[in-house]
Amino acid sequence: MAERVDVMAHLDEAQRALVDREVGRRGFLKCATWVGAGTIWTVSGGLVAACGTALTGQGAGGATSAPTGLYFVQISDSHIGFQGAANPDVLGSFTKAIAQVNALPQRPAFVVHTGDLTHTSTPEQFNTVKELLATLKTPQVTVLPGEHDTVMGPKPYLDVFGAGTQGDGWSSFDLGGIHFLSLNNVVDITNLGHLGTAQLEFIQKDVANLKPDTPIVVFAHIPLWTIYERWGWGTDDAAQALSYLKRFASVTVLNGHIHQIMSKVEGNVTFSTTTTTAYPLPAPGTAPAPAPVTLPAGKLHDVLGIREVRYRGAGRGLRLTDDHIA
Amino acid sequence: MPPLPSPRLALLAGAIAATTTLAACGTSAATASNPAASSSTSTMPMPTTTSTPLAAPVAADHVAVQGFAFGPAAITVKPGTTVTWTQQDEDQHTVTANDGSFTSAALVTGATYTHTFTAPGTYAYHCSIHPFMHGTVVVTNG
Repeated sequence: MAERVDVMAHLDEAQRALVDREVGRRGFLKCATWVGAGTIWTVSGGLVAACGTALTGQGAGGATSAPTGLYFVQISDSHIGFQGAANPDVLGSFTKAIAQVNALPQRPAFVVHTGDLTHTSTPEQFNTVKELLATLKTPQVTVLPGEHDTVMGPKPYLDVFGAGTQGDGWSSFDLGGIHFLSLNNVVDITNLGHLGTAQLEFIQKDVANLKPDTPIVVFAHIPLWTIYERWGWGTDDAAQALSYLKRFASVTVLNGHIHQIMSKVEGNVTFSTTTTTAYPLPAPGTAPAPAPVTLPAGKLHDVLGIREVRYRGAGRGLRLTDDHIA
Repeated sequence: MPPLPSPRLALLAGAIAATTTLAACGTSAATASNPAASSSTSTMPMPTTTSTPLAAPVAADHVAVQGFAFGPAAITVKPGTTVTWTQQDEDQHTVTANDGSFTSAALVTGATYTHTFTAPGTYAYHCSIHPFMHGTVVVTNG
């Protein structure tokens, strides 16, 4: 089983203790270093620094990153319009996240927002997000919807962000030798995420003529691997989509939705969710429902973040670095 | 390096990871020999079913939206009945027919949504924001 899954939530010890108390969680995976052929995931700082020391030289901080290779940033789940104790100022947090992206030493080739831009899909919320995204110092911003962006259907989202996309907002592009797919798995969902026939056909045709050594990166809001079905944390027709990608040497699937960092490698596919700029959600199964978690004062921004992604070159895959919002 | 005082998390995702080794450390209950360390779909204590079976329908025309659930989850009404949903969670929810025949907007705490059912049949609905929340309205033949 070890090759299938690695799980690591982003909460620090105090936060986990809080979650333990509040939701009765037991047996949290407290610390793990996970090594595979060509894959290293380590966490530095906070709770897990002590046990990750053997690998921090390679894995932490990006200090050993080659300065070359495509470099982009993923942000997710800004939930503009959310009002609640878990984050009384999601607008401020998102603004900080954008400022942090703009302060990175290298300008990203593009920034992708992997959905839940808004909390309730109002035109005002979409316009606010659009204005903020326009302040990103990057040549390209790629956006895809989450279920909070399609509360009463995709139209309000598409009215603001649908330009240049197909169907209900999916697209693809090539950059830096990588082929990117930006998907929508949130429309008309009644349990898990769902891509639908039209989008599956798009994926199949889109990659049909690519060489198998072309690195593939897939963006979608809801994870394309089943993390916790009871909360809808999976996509019911993901296997069909992934079947079209089996012949490729390297596939990386980057998602949001669950407001915490989890990763898994299965065959040629690396799956990883990133965290949010808005508020944390409980780790799967640790609460009766995936309701926003209110952390102690001053702790919130420790669990919010942005993700830097760097392509390390042919055969070496991607480096994902999740930075907490300062 | 950016001037970030906060800890960072890093993942190097390789091109090929046919085999992996999990080495867990720390003192929590989850260890490498615990399924929690190797399968995220079974990491936590949880009910054995992946979706809650709907209870037998009860006659009612009010449904509470509370605790990320509809209660009663299944109701029966006579044709012409107006059903009222009252949203009681802090987070927002919708009442959305699976077939798209009716939907509320996102309901804030305390908000209500009503829909009048005229034709007999079974109407499955869900929350479009939390689509694992399911409910059913059975409209009887009168």
